[in-house]
This record gives sequence, C-alpha cells and structure tokens, in this order.
Amino acid sequence: MTLDPAYLAYPRRRRGYDHDLYAWSSLHERRPVQWPTGSVAVWVCVSLEWFPIVPNDTPFRAPGHMQTAYPDYRHYTARDYGNRVGVWRFLEAFERAKVSASFAVNAAVAERYPELVEAIVGGGHEIIAHSTDMNGTIDSSLPEDEERALICETLARLSSCGVTPKGWLSIARSQSWRTLDLLKQAGLAYCCDWVNDELPYRFANGLLDLPLNHELSDRQIVAVQQQTAETWAQSLEDGFDWLAAEAARKGGGRMLPVHVTPYIMGLPYRIGAFERMIERVSARAEAWFARGDAIVECWEAQN
Amino acid sequence: MAGGAQVNEGAQDPGLYDYLPYRGRGKVVWPEGKTVAVWVAPNLEYYEIDPPPHPKRKAWARPHPDVVGYSHRDHSNRVSHWRMADVMSRHGFPGSVSLSVALCQHHPEVVADANARGWEFFSHGIYNTRYAYEMSEEQERAIIADSVRTVEDATGQRIRGWLAPALTHTPRTLNLIAEMGLDYTCDLYHDDQVQEVKVAKGRLASIPYSLEVNDHYGFFVYNMSGREYAKTLVRQFERLAAEGERSGTVMCIPLHAYLIGQPHRIGPFEEALATIAADGRAWIARAGEIVDAWRAGQ
Repeated sequence: MTLDPAYLAYPRRRRGYDHDLYAWSSLHERRPVQWPTGSVAVWVCVSLEWFPIVPNDTPFRAPGHMQTAYPDYRHYTARDYGNRVGVWRFLEAFERAKVSASFAVNAAVAERYPELVEAIVGGGHEIIAHSTDMNGTIDSSLPEDEERALICETLARLSSCGVTPKGWLSIARSQSWRTLDLLKQAGLAYCCDWVNDELPYRFANGLLDLPLNHELSDRQIVAVQQQTAETWAQSLEDGFDWLAAEAARKGGGRMLPVHVTPYIMGLPYRIGAFERMIERVSARAEAWFARGDAIVECWEAQN
Repeated sequence: MAGGAQVNEGAQDPGLYDYLPYRGRGKVVWPEGKTVAVWVAPNLEYYEIDPPPHPKRKAWARPHPDVVGYSHRDHSNRVSHWRMADVMSRHGFPGSVSLSVALCQHHPEVVADANARGWEFFSHGIYNTRYAYEMSEEQERAIIADSVRTVEDATGQRIRGWLAPALTHTPRTLNLIAEMGLDYTCDLYHDDQVQEVKVAKGRLASIPYSLEVNDHYGFFVYNMSGREYAKTLVRQFERLAAEGERSGTVMCIPLHAYLIGQPHRIGPFEEALATIAADGRAWIARAGEIVDAWRAGQ
C-alpha cells in the first residue's frame, strides 16, 4: 500500500499560516488594549433566528432547523418561541441591569417582527446582520454570485427596516473562501465567525474579526453538551473571573463573549440563571458591558 | 520478544504485547518513594486549513475552510498555549509535548516557548491533518525521519517518543519507530503502568497516555464542564496514587490548549494541578524520565 506522493508534500509548510487570510500574532505579546471602563469587555450577543418550515439543505441545513417530515410544526414553533417570548425576557434583563448588547438578526426577523427591531434599537442595542433567514447558509460550495447576492440581499432587507449593521455573523459561523472579501466589499466592518482569538484582530483585507467564542455559547453548553443553565452560568462566571485576573496580571483588557439564543436560554426554567449571571457580572467593577461595534471601535482606535 | 506487529499484519491479535495481570506484578519504584508518576502531555498541533484528501479519513467535517474547526484549533497558537503553559509552570509541571512537527516552521514562537520551559518533545506527525493509514514503509520512514530532523533543528532535542498523527497508524509503525531509535510510544491504552512493546528490532516502551482523561474526551465525548473535568483528574490521581503503593503507576494528563486553555476551564484545571502537586505522592516528571526510571528497575 502506498499513498499518492503528493500526500507527503507540504507546499505551505512555512513561517506563519498555511493561508494568507490573516497574520499570526500572540495575544500575550500585543500592545495591551484599554477599555473605557473596567478590564473585561462583556459582549452579549443574542441570535434572532427565523427557520422557514421548508428547510434548505444547500449548502447545508442550519443547526436547530426542522427535523421531522413536513410540516414540522414542533420545531417551527419551538424556534419561533424565541422571537415571540424568549427575546423579550432578554430585553428586560438588559434593561434591569442597564447594559447594552448586540443582536445578530436574520433579515426575515427584522421584516416580520418590526416591534422587536424597535425595542432592540430603542433599548440602545446593536443589530448585527445574520443572513436572510436560517436557510441562508454559506460554505465554499455556494457559487460566488449566489453568496454575494445573499449578503447584499441581507443588508438591503435590513436597511429597508431602518437598520445599517456594521457587523456580520454567518449561520454556524460557516464561511467560504470568498466570504471575507464579499463582506468587506459589501461595506461591513467586522464579522464574528473566526473563534481563534479573544480580542478583535484584522484580516489581511482590512475586515475585522470580533471573535464570538462558540464554546461559551448556550447552544454548545446547553443544547449540545446538555449541561444545565446553571452550569452554563457558572462556566461564564468562571470565565469572567479568570479573564479579570489575567487582565490584572498582564495589564491589558480582555473580552468575554456571551452568545445566547432565545429559544434555548430564554425558556422559563433557564432564564433565571441568565439573569442572575448578568446581575452578578454587571455588578463587578472589572466589567464593561458593551455592544460589538463599541468594542470594535475602541480596539480600532488603539490599533 | 521476537516477532512484533509487522510479522502479524492481518492477524486478529496485532501481537503488541504479552498478557501481564495487574495483580502480582513486580514493584515499580519511583524516585523519592512517590507512588504515581504524573506527566502532562500538551498537544502542540498544527491543523492545515486545506489539506489534501486522504482515502480513509476526512480532515474536516465541513467543506474547506471549516472556519470553526480550524480557528478553534488556531486559538492554541494565538491565545491559549501561554495560558495553559503558565498554569503548568506555576505548579511545577513540565510538559512532554505531542508535537505536530510542522509547528516548528509555522509558529516557532510556540515551540521556543515550550523548549524554554524545559519541556520534552515527541512527534505527533508532521500535521494533525496528515494521516498515516496506507502509507508505504518508505513513506512512513520519511515522516519519522522528518520528525527527528525537524525537532532537532528547532530545539536541539532528539525525540524519543511517538504519538501517531491524529492517532493514525500502519501495522509497521511501532517496529519502524523502534528501529529508527525512538524508545517510547504513547499510542497504546492497555495499562496504567509502563509496559514493554513487542518490536522486531530495538526496544520500545509503552508509556500510558490517556484517552479517558484527555481533555478532548472530557469536553467533547463526555461533555463535562470545566469543573467536572478538574474533579475527574483528581479522582484519577487519587486512585492511581493509592494503587501505586503496591507498584508505581503512571497518570498522564493529555491536553489541547484550545480546550483546556479556554477562559471558563483553565481556573478549575489550575485547582486540580495545585491539588495534585500538593498531595506529596506524585512524581511530576517528563515522559522520557518516566521511561528511564522504569527501565532502570527492570
């Protein structure tokens, strides 16, 4: 038995990465970043998702999408629960704790639920573009013109709802080889998809990444790993404690991304754990609760 | 000890070792009367964003670029290596590194940091996205020689051990690494003590690595929280330290910085290391030292 000789050739074995999308740097050797207040930027990002009842498997079916034969009323409605009920619990929690957050919103959610857009914007929160709806997935099998159209359509539909996002979150953080350039060409300032860092950094094309840690998300810890909401909240607080101590030791700001989903964490038996976590962390002097765009702007001014 | 895996290719029993019951073994003695040798094995890896396809195994679940898969692992080399390494150093744990040797070319800063901390290196293949299945003998010799040369050039260390790239083997691997001068493997999970492996030429020790308390299993197979994983490590330690009174045992803590070095996991992990270091029964050592101490007692 033998493998094709090309399998033992390493044309990109070189200093730096095996791609040119961004440059290497170690977080611990960068010039320390300072936040306007505190040492840990707490970035809460709420995903607002509308799943069409007829799922699209091209390029792939989004996580959380329909599971039974048509019509899957069970999952259609259980997901939409987040937009009707769960999200309002988050908005009230933010109001009580006097914090602002980001909402990654499908264009379809903005169009279908204008009351929600009004409450988000009125509450001082940011809207991040999150594709058209949960059928709007991206990977390298999507033809370039279709991907460009998907991004432009998302922004146009959000714009007609009065929203001009600076940021983009792909469904399942899934991109193609072209996505970074298409997002840049569409006028966006940052995406949240690459989870390799804990502070913003710049791609080679000038777009920024604001890393939205998937490991800390309610989807990962509660839906995938099947931990309780209380364990999720405790993990987040453990993360905050560590980052606050690290910031104090190293003298540079850190960031804790809190990615939540109303149909997961917004349920009656889970929301309390979220509220208590927000109350406790927002009472800490080290915490700077900030929208994604505020973190990006603060970082850009120093980099 | 004649024979070895190569001779037994295709046999249902791969012929790796003889059965040796746990009860009634000779006493393995660790330095200073410690009962359990504890070694930490950080995997310092490089995963390629667009590796060539292998006929037996797909590198990424998603079409390339698999943004989450790739960037999650890249977190090690930008952020969490130093966080994990600092915690280990604070509590006196050196690393025995399972190294994707191409990391020496891509991010020499990470390899230099580990070397400066006095860590030992062994090979984990060229990349964790290049699999050994179906390699010819010549091809497999090439990746072993490449490993030896690359690590020596980058660190001055002569590697002694092997953890197969992404745990992919051929029936010849163990014979080849022994023949080419390596003297321990981390790929066999049959024991809690160092064991002799049957090879055609030379001598090869199997040092217990671990799947079960590997952070990857903890977080992605058993879905533990950071706190649960830390408790698991302490339970594993307590048991092996107690049994090591009879004959010295080995506990490995295999790590990946992008997992254990996440902000929500590293704090509980540090507490587990502090507990193990303070216990007094642990011989905290590097893989090669453990193999040497075991050999000396044979």
